[in-house]
Amino acid sequence: MYLADARSTKSDRAAAVVPGTRPGRRAAVPGTVLALGAVSLVTDVSSEMVSAVLPLYVVAALGLSPLGFGLLDGINNGVGALVRLLGGHLADRGGRGHKLVAGLGYGLSAFCKPLLLFVHTLPLISGVLAIDRTGKGLRTAPRDAMISLATEPEHRGRAFGVHRAMDTTGALIGPLLAFAVLRVADDRAERTSYSAVFTVSGCVAVLGVLLLVLFVPARITRPGAAADTPSGPRPTLRDALALLGRPELRRLTLAAVLLGLTTVSDSFLYLLLQRELGLPAHLFPLLPLGTAAAFLLLAVPLGTVADRIGRRVLFLLGHAVLLGGYAVVLSPLRGGAAAVVVLLLHGTFYAATDGVLAAATAATVPDGQQGAGQALVGTGQALARFACSLAFGAAWSLWGGRTALAATAAALAVAAVAATVLLRDPGAPARAAD
Amino acid sequence: MTAPATVDPVSETPEPGTDGGPSVRRKLLVLVIAVLLLAGIGTGAVRYAADRSGRRDQEQAGGPPVQEGPVTLAPTGRQLLMRNLAWGPHRDEVTAVPAADPDGPRTASGVKCLRFFAAAGTGVCLQAEHGALDDTYHASVLDSSLHEVKRFPAPGIPSRARVAPSGHLAAWTVFVSGDSYAGTDFSTRTAIVDTRTWQFYDNLETFQVIRDGRAVQASDTNVWGVTFADDSTFYATVATGGRTYLVRGDLPARTLTTLHQNVECPSLSPDGTRIAYKKRVEGADPAAPWRLYVLDLATMAETPTAEQRNIDDQALWSDARTLMYSLPGDYGSDLWTVAADGTGAPARLVRSAVAPAYLG
Repeated sequence: MYLADARSTKSDRAAAVVPGTRPGRRAAVPGTVLALGAVSLVTDVSSEMVSAVLPLYVVAALGLSPLGFGLLDGINNGVGALVRLLGGHLADRGGRGHKLVAGLGYGLSAFCKPLLLFVHTLPLISGVLAIDRTGKGLRTAPRDAMISLATEPEHRGRAFGVHRAMDTTGALIGPLLAFAVLRVADDRAERTSYSAVFTVSGCVAVLGVLLLVLFVPARITRPGAAADTPSGPRPTLRDALALLGRPELRRLTLAAVLLGLTTVSDSFLYLLLQRELGLPAHLFPLLPLGTAAAFLLLAVPLGTVADRIGRRVLFLLGHAVLLGGYAVVLSPLRGGAAAVVVLLLHGTFYAATDGVLAAATAATVPDGQQGAGQALVGTGQALARFACSLAFGAAWSLWGGRTALAATAAALAVAAVAATVLLRDPGAPARAAD
Repeated sequence: MTAPATVDPVSETPEPGTDGGPSVRRKLLVLVIAVLLLAGIGTGAVRYAADRSGRRDQEQAGGPPVQEGPVTLAPTGRQLLMRNLAWGPHRDEVTAVPAADPDGPRTASGVKCLRFFAAAGTGVCLQAEHGALDDTYHASVLDSSLHEVKRFPAPGIPSRARVAPSGHLAAWTVFVSGDSYAGTDFSTRTAIVDTRTWQFYDNLETFQVIRDGRAVQASDTNVWGVTFADDSTFYATVATGGRTYLVRGDLPARTLTTLHQNVECPSLSPDGTRIAYKKRVEGADPAAPWRLYVLDLATMAETPTAEQRNIDDQALWSDARTLMYSLPGDYGSDLWTVAADGTGAPARLVRSAVAPAYLG
């Protein structure tokens, strides 16, 4: 790291002289974003392959009881969020930090897939998954920072939409590929069949890293932008913390945290859907696919809408849609049709908030601190959602699922009003910072 | 960690790759070569696995002979039924052996089950259907000639199956992992069906849990490993708040009453006085925490068996004094026995088999 830092000033100077590539070409979705989208797509294929078969592998091939397997998951979530802060901060240090840190993150996860060939006990498998999560934590903020830096501010919503749509496509292909491999390998009770899945997953992950290395530029250039050449000293940790001194970012983080505190985790929502709407239990595994499909289809159009009407506005509207989803679950509506509506609303919520929040964040921080800014908001939101999961679980124990959801819906309504007030005035200072 | 390449301040060319040109062609070449290489590795791994699974259709050398033949759950002398794991065309089928010659020639039924159990002419068979998108599972209730009477969808990977001594009730547990967003969270789903009325209790988590005489509300309950006493009473494991409890279930009242802690996968002795179970022992390797214990229901005294290895199975009482359980073996798993009173030593009874049930 020290070497990279030492060289950064030199490369900064070099970059300062280099004009933006191809003046006059104003692509709404720059090649860098498409390249990052391809990296995410391929990487998600790889990681979802493993997630899809892991339960089967543990139970059918290893003959283990996976209960307690989830214990480490909560810890991993917390660690992942903190690693994201670190990744974001490191990425901002030095001119080439983003690609380096992101590459490290993708590489770490790719390294985990072949490791799965050699570990056959629950603690070791959990350990490998923890490393995988660390990689994911490291790469998330630099990746979003690169998308922000490569895109003209007015097109960021669409750019993030394209990225999230590609990402979700990978998440949908992954399980299909995994089960295709299992089908060809033809025995789901044998370790060798899963070794084939992990090997293919590892190959796909290496391809993702390679795409990043080859096609994502080390220095992100935005057409016609001079602002992406930070000539000052590299940001220190104190500068990263000082980001919270920026009212725009502080308000956005606060809004994301408030709304995150009242966003029921996906697994709880699917459980509620299945129980409250009386769905047959064997349809349960299909529920996430419904959300993902809606997310995939709407991410680009809603990202474009966000660019027109404002990302904060759409971010808030997205939560209103989520509130609508909660209302359907709480309503007397039952059965498959109601479930489809809820999943559609849930996917719309993601399409209207996930990439849109990153795009909104990008507008509140200077280019030199995109990594730290993205990490701050993302980590705030992730930790808030984690806290919501804990609280929701407790509320469910005390009052039952339905009442817990009603309480969360009420809290979400209050949080949405508070967030509306917080985000009401986009203000001139943030605009000036772009 | 590799340091990034130094940028030569003199050359000051735009970043290669962003502006087309020959460097892009070179990168594409690298990509194509890498894709071919990686595709080769992936294809190789898949083909190796496919070849290996092909070999499993040929009989394993030195394995027990398996012949297709009639298998019945009707009383025809004492026999041991199990899922056959020996390689060959009858792998995974329910097979029968005379109880007196457990590792002898096997009669294969043609019925494939992941988990199987039977009693008094009723069988339960947990099966997988390999779909395009995902695997689905179901539980089949079988008559005495192993024909399916009724089928119930199961929302996850089969784990445990039991039938009441009367043959009137069947129970099964599956692992539910549900969705990829939830990461590695697992939970169990346990169902009971009355084969006389087809009343279906699809999720025992909805039963009222009674601890220390009062009803407790808990959403994080998981129920698994039913063992039947009679047509209304059963025992099972309930996990809540990070602890596991032995519960006595009352089917008509839909209640689960906690009796003891740290009991998983209970198995009731034929005389109904003792429970064999896997106990999570302290200080054990967290990957292999379970030892086989026996609990006296009258005194709640726990007796460790002579089996010192990790047991991840619902044990079976092969008679009033002997426990049977599976342990990993060369071909999936083998069936072992050990005395229930803590004496003696474990012995391997059957190779390449799992999910045993005694009939007759």
